[in-house]
Amino acid sequence: MHNKNNLWLPRLLIALSFAFVLLMLAAPLSVVLAEAFSSGWELYLKAVTDHYALRAAQLTVIATLSSVLLNVAFGLTAAWAVTRFSFRGKGLLTTLIDIPFAVSPVIAGLVFILLFGRLSPLHSFLDAYNLRIVFAVPGIVLVTIFVTLPFVAREIIPVLEARGTDEEQAAALMGAGFFRIFRRITFPHIRWALLYSLILCAARAMGEFGAVSVVSGHLRGKTNTLPLHVEILYSEYQFTAAFAVSSVLAAAAIAILVARNIVELAARKEKKSNVR
Amino acid sequence: MRYRSRRGIPGFRLSLGLTVSFLSLMVLLPMLSIVILSSGLGPRGFWEAVSDPRVLAGYRVSFLCSLIAASLNSVFGLILAWVLVRYRFPGRRFIDGLIELPFALPTAVTGIALATLYSDKGWFGKPLAALGLRAAYSETGIILALTFITIPFVVRAVQPVLEQLDRSYEEAGRMLGASPPQIFRRVIFPEITPALLTGFGLSFARALGEYGSVVFIAGNMPFRTEIAPLLIMIKLEQFNYMEATAVALVMLAASFLIMFGINCIQSRASSFVRG
Repeated sequence: MHNKNNLWLPRLLIALSFAFVLLMLAAPLSVVLAEAFSSGWELYLKAVTDHYALRAAQLTVIATLSSVLLNVAFGLTAAWAVTRFSFRGKGLLTTLIDIPFAVSPVIAGLVFILLFGRLSPLHSFLDAYNLRIVFAVPGIVLVTIFVTLPFVAREIIPVLEARGTDEEQAAALMGAGFFRIFRRITFPHIRWALLYSLILCAARAMGEFGAVSVVSGHLRGKTNTLPLHVEILYSEYQFTAAFAVSSVLAAAAIAILVARNIVELAARKEKKSNVR
Repeated sequence: MRYRSRRGIPGFRLSLGLTVSFLSLMVLLPMLSIVILSSGLGPRGFWEAVSDPRVLAGYRVSFLCSLIAASLNSVFGLILAWVLVRYRFPGRRFIDGLIELPFALPTAVTGIALATLYSDKGWFGKPLAALGLRAAYSETGIILALTFITIPFVVRAVQPVLEQLDRSYEEAGRMLGASPPQIFRRVIFPEITPALLTGFGLSFARALGEYGSVVFIAGNMPFRTEIAPLLIMIKLEQFNYMEATAVALVMLAASFLIMFGINCIQSRASSFVRG
């Protein structure tokens, strides 16, 4: 099909793509690794196993896990409500689900300060019971949940929408209960989409910076997540340490990319064998 | 006797109730608190807060840099999507796998990596500086960071549409004697325009709100390289919650307008497909 005359265009486009990906994506990733090990292994290990780094890692894991768990629960519930039934105000509901994606992370953080901080009507109540939400761990978990809220719902709603409700209706007609319908009929259709969206959700939760930065209060060893720890090290001109901690996050990011690709391949394979 | 099955699929009240209450607590209430607090400022105070020259400069920087980043991504995103769908070549999986890196890499890490890469001593900054170009700590730096974090949007919006495109139309065009550029412009481009616009809109909206990756490379000079989200942050650090909220409200309005535009494009595109 290709004669010699029109072979130059594909080659040019492929070369452009490689150049763009190497310069824009691969280079920043390589800089992180190069800088992290620029002063040798010892400094690297010291930065990564530093007390405050470990505490920050702990908080990052807590925030990521909570947002992943909540996302599964909320995403599945919302997707079930939106796609299995028809009701008034559905459009409004899906718009509400999308809002966190449209909001700047800094604004997301600000919103929770307004809600639970000194200006809030809730403040005196919280104070009386000595509950701290902003500038404390609950605030960090809350904003992380907020910024990742749409991930699972947005991925699953189109999948279920495309499937229609016939199978569930038939099962319900034959007397199957909710859990049976969900486990035997709905879940097999959405499991790849669910896994896929959870991977992206975890990535976002782990790396959230702006929103967490607003509500954290930057107390070392208490309300610092790994990305915030990176910022502190960098602003203190401890570049090697900043990049060492960054390299841990970069490794997690690469693991996430690999997992995402594996899930995508598996989903494609299954789709193909279903068609046959 | 009433059969359970007469009600059809179970779980309507419970799932809707849970969804609505959770959304009210986590999304509606927080968003309302912004509107309520900024109304406490009064129309005059609100206007003064959002029309302050430094704030206006911040809006301008955010808006222009996001626009440029989204446009750059539309061009390269289209090329990448095209190459990934239409050509088979060694390294294709590598490119495809790396596209989502900006979603996976924490923005703070992106920020310090780009700042180091493009600083006067960095791998790219040094040769650029020799040419007399300044990348880090300038508008160029902001554009670079915003381009990086929004790379996946256009590619992933256009890619599935290109994959599903019926090739027989191109074949027909070729038979009728159309040249490849003509086929692209008249047959392929109209089909992918909605996806391209959606990707552009998503990139633009995300770039407007981005904070983490930009602050490290921008230099943050007032009136020149201060983005609007940074201004909100500065006002928050001064405990000037009212003004921070006013600036945020304007940003929110802008992002909702963009999201609304995207939804219009998508519903028009799907009604077009349905006929």
